[in-house]
Parts: sequence; C-alpha cells; structure tokens
Amino acid sequence: MGAGDRPLYPRMEKRVTFKGWLLPLCLIAPQVFISAVFFFYPAGQAVWQSLFIPDPFGLSSQFVGLENFEYLLGDPFYRASFITTAIFSTLVTLAAMIPALFLAVMADRLVKSAGVYRTLLIWPYAVAPAVAGVLWLFMFNTRVGVVAWYLGQLGYDWNHVLNEGEAMGLVVVASAWGRISYNFLFFFAALQAVPRSIIEAAAIDGARFWRRFFTIVLPLLSPTTFFLLVVNIVYAFFETFGVIHTITSGGPQQATTILVYKVFSDGFVGQDLGSSAAQSVILLVVVGLLTVLQFKYVEKRVHY
Amino acid sequence: MATVELDDIKKRFGSTEVIKGVSINVADGEFIVIVGPSGCGKSTLLRMVAGLETITEGELRIGGTRANDLEPMDRDIAMVFQNYALYPHMSVAQNMGYGLRIKGLPKAEIAAKVQGVAELLQLTELLDRKPKQLSGGQRQRVAMGRAIVREPKVFLFDEPLSNLDAKLRVQMRLEIRELQAKLGITALYVTHDQVEAMTMADRMIVMNEGIAEQIGTPLDVYERPASLFAAQFIGSPSMNVVEAEGRDGALHVGDMRLPNPAAAQGPVMLGLRPEHLVPDPDGPIALQVQLAEPLGANTLLHGKLPDGTAFTASLAGVHNVGHGGEALRLSVTPEHMHFFDKTTRRRLT
Repeated sequence: MGAGDRPLYPRMEKRVTFKGWLLPLCLIAPQVFISAVFFFYPAGQAVWQSLFIPDPFGLSSQFVGLENFEYLLGDPFYRASFITTAIFSTLVTLAAMIPALFLAVMADRLVKSAGVYRTLLIWPYAVAPAVAGVLWLFMFNTRVGVVAWYLGQLGYDWNHVLNEGEAMGLVVVASAWGRISYNFLFFFAALQAVPRSIIEAAAIDGARFWRRFFTIVLPLLSPTTFFLLVVNIVYAFFETFGVIHTITSGGPQQATTILVYKVFSDGFVGQDLGSSAAQSVILLVVVGLLTVLQFKYVEKRVHY
Repeated sequence: MATVELDDIKKRFGSTEVIKGVSINVADGEFIVIVGPSGCGKSTLLRMVAGLETITEGELRIGGTRANDLEPMDRDIAMVFQNYALYPHMSVAQNMGYGLRIKGLPKAEIAAKVQGVAELLQLTELLDRKPKQLSGGQRQRVAMGRAIVREPKVFLFDEPLSNLDAKLRVQMRLEIRELQAKLGITALYVTHDQVEAMTMADRMIVMNEGIAEQIGTPLDVYERPASLFAAQFIGSPSMNVVEAEGRDGALHVGDMRLPNPAAAQGPVMLGLRPEHLVPDPDGPIALQVQLAEPLGANTLLHGKLPDGTAFTASLAGVHNVGHGGEALRLSVTPEHMHFFDKTTRRRLT
C-alpha cells in the first residue's frame, strides 16, 4: 500500500466522512422528526385548512379555493390589524433595545461590582410573558392598580380598558420589559468585545464619551444590533401573545389585536378555522419576506 | 513641538507601586526610547504621559504646563498603539481625518491635510480602503499617519513594531526615525527590543521593576552602564558578570589574576562584554569552550571559567576552535572592565 493512499493523520481531518448511509441517517433523524412533527405537519395542515370553510357547527367543511384570502384582504379589520402589528412591533423593538443599550453602556463603564448589576438586570428575563402581563395588569389595573392610583392622585385618569392609546402603551411596555434583559446581555457582551485601544485612540483623537459612542462604539456594535433587531421583531410578532391575552385580550375595539392575536381570536374564539388558517399562512409569508429583506438589504450595511 | 518633563512620577495600583519615581527632562524634538523587559512599567509610564492612566504622585509637564489632570484630548499628543487601534469601520482617509473632524476643521482642509500626510507616507493609493484590506505594514503606516496629521506636540509610541516581521521592522524603524527628525516632534517610544532602543534613541530610559535604572544616550549606556541590570540588558550577547575580589593590587577571579584599574578592594562584581575579549596566549582568562556559534563576522564561544561560572566570548572573524572542549586564553583591556557594587548592584567609579 502506497503512502499517498490515505491521509497520514486521519483523525486530523476536519470533516467527517461516513462510508455507509445508515449512521448519518440515524444521526439526523431526531432533528428531522422534530421538524416534521412540530413544523412541517402543522404548517401543511394550516395551508390545507386555509382552502376550506367549515360550517357553523364544525361538522363539515367546504372547499373554497382562495376565497378565505380574498375575503381577508378585503376585510378592514384585518387590514387594521396589519397596521396595529406594525406599530406594536416597532414600538416593542425600540422600547426593548434602546433602554437595553443604554443600560449596557452604563454597566460597561462600571469598574466595581459590575457583576451584581449584570445579574440584577438579567432577572426580568426569567419572568414568563404571561406572568409579566399579569404583573403589569395589576400595577395598572384601573380600580386596584398601584400605578393607576398614583396617576389618579396626580389628576390623570388612567383607563386602558377604554383608552386605545393607553392600552397599546401598556402592552408595549409589558412586552418590552422582559426583553430588555435579553438585549442587555447581548449589548453588554458586544461592548466588552470592543477593543480598549480603539476607544483610547478615539479619546486621544479628542472625542468625548458620547461622541465616541456614536462615531466608534455604535458602528462597531452594528452586527449585534442587527441580530437583535431581527430577533426582537420576531419576538414582537409571535411571542407577545401571552402579554396581550392577559392584559387587553386584543381590545379595546381591536386596538391591540396584532396579527397573531387575530389568528387566535378568529380561530378559537370566533371558530372561523378557515380564515384563521389563511391568516397564519399570510403571517408565515410576511415573516419570511421580512427576514429575507432584512438580511438582503440591512445586513450589507452592518459589516465593516 | 514641546518639552516633556517628568518629575518623580509614581504609580500605584492599590498598595502595589508599579512606577517608583521616574524623572526626566525631554528636550524639544528629542527621541526618547523607554526600554525594559515586560512588566517593568514602561507602558504604564507612557500611558500616564498620554493621560490613559492617572498619575498617583509627581508632576508631568508638557510644553511647560502641568498636565497631570488634563484629559488625553487636551494634552495635544498622538499615540501609536501596538495593535494600531485603527477604526475598523472607517476608510484609511476617515481614520486619519477623525481627529481633525472632531476638532471641527472644514472638510476641504481635512482632505488637504490627509492628502499631504498620505503622500509623505506613500498611502495615497490606499485612502479608500478599510483597515482589514491592508497588510500589517500598511496598517502601521496608517496609524502613523493618523498621529502625524494632527500635528501634535508629542508622539507616543507603544511598541509599534512588535507585530511586524523582522525585515519590515528594520525598515519601519528607519522610517519612523527619519519622519520624526523631519517633523521635529518630541517622541516617547516604548519597546522591549534593545536593538530598537540602541538604533532609534537620542536618549533612552532603561527600566526595571518600576525604576529607571539608567537614563542616557545609547552609547553612554553601552559604554558606561550605571547598574548591573542596564549592563546585562543592553548588548547582545549580554555582558558576562563574575564575582571578583580586589586584593594585593590585582583582581582575583577564582584562581585568575586580572588587572585592577579601578583599584577595587574586597568583593565586587566584574562585568566583561563578550565582544571586548581578545584571544591572547598569555591572557589571564581561561575559558573552557563548550560550544561555538560561528556567525560569519564573528564567532560566539560559550563555555565555563575554571570555577564553573558560565562565560561567553565573541571573537571577530571565524575561529575553528572550541568544539572539543579545549581551553582558550583571553585577555581584556582595562578600559573595558566594568565594576559594580555587590549589594547595591550600581556601577563603581
């Protein structure tokens, strides 16, 4: 056998090459199984159901083609929900990211006991969204809420049950609150990774703290900021259901009915499974497009 | 352009004193090299001049005015970092113009100044590139350019060449020296490389454990080292140091009898540079050669003295001796003998 027949140190090869097909198949099987059961099957069901209209008693359903979609796009409530979602997710993303960045910058300046602050700032992330919702609901409850009572003492009549703007504000704050911790962690890690000497060079070049922050640090954080932007928008779209359900249930007057909440309320409260399925298909497409768009256009500008 | 005066500068981190009082008056346009092994406090000293570390005690004056409490930006200095510290998201031109933009100079003026410095450093072709598209040497040049373009009073260099390969280092060494001489800007330069220190410095500070062992011109330090540390740190291969005793008008090293020009009495430390030893059949020094390193221009002979002390000689030209453990007799002229106190380790006479 010649020396060139096989690598001298086979263990040093970076990629593993399998001879047969059985072992690799077994290795990917768990992931394929999970994806199939929890994603492909329900997604397929949703697409399939979006083509049917069930009768009022749910006993039979009738194939209607794309009529569900046609109806939805002509529905003013549905279109309003789009705008609500856009406003809600923009506000949640901003409210979750800007304070997080500010806190991270402040924590980064600390020399002593930075660890304590970091730990304290991470706590809210451990609170489940629905619990966070209840927490904020109690604070702002029109009758017994602490904050609402103090606002009343100050002469402000807080009532998010009736006031659409207040309702939106409350769900935004409740949704963003726990997220600040998560974003803080990422911003803090990214700040620590900015080379000290670059900051020092900028200081010698004459830039004061906030000038350095905006011209040097912020641009260097852009990969992290972009990542968090995507993750937070996706969060605002999909994972805020618990908060909205506990605080406003989409009200008043659908003022806080974001697309995901509408999928739920039309499907499980209104029992219109066809429309609900069609909505989730549209949502799937929207998020897909949004992600492609972000990666294609925004990401180009964040690398240096 | 300015003078820099350090007046008994000290630095403490908690209770540990890392700089134990350094004083020097740097003349306008002078090139000072701070040299020493890692951990000797040389970078800390430079960073205190830059304003990146606070000064615990002592006074720093730049251009005659006290600078202890000035922010880095108000000291009118420029610094070149070891890792260059270029702003990765800015082009070369933006990197160089950043300081001027902060100062609020008009755009046209910034562009003109950047262009001028780029020509000086042959960076004109690279102005639109980002730092990651540059080689190590080019980055080094950009870092230099960023320092020059602001026309500071003082240049500070923190081991700027240690990330470059040997050949480029020699070239940049010359360039930095030429540029500094041309611009006439006072410079403080930190390095651990004694060759850089010897070739670049007008004067150098040899530092060890927070103390300035010696401040002087390179030849001063080489010819009259003020302490054992300075003697052994400067010069390659480093100086031989042996224990000796002065009695009966001669210097005794073990059984060997050497002249005693310093008229030393009692135990002293004797320093002999390897390159000052010459072969002499009647010489007083007996070297048991163990290993020879022929370098062409000279030959290094490593071996032992009769009492077992390690000893090195550097002889001019090629010597075909010393592979077999034979004895070689050497002598040294009295003016090349250095005497140090055994306890204070400072130079005698």
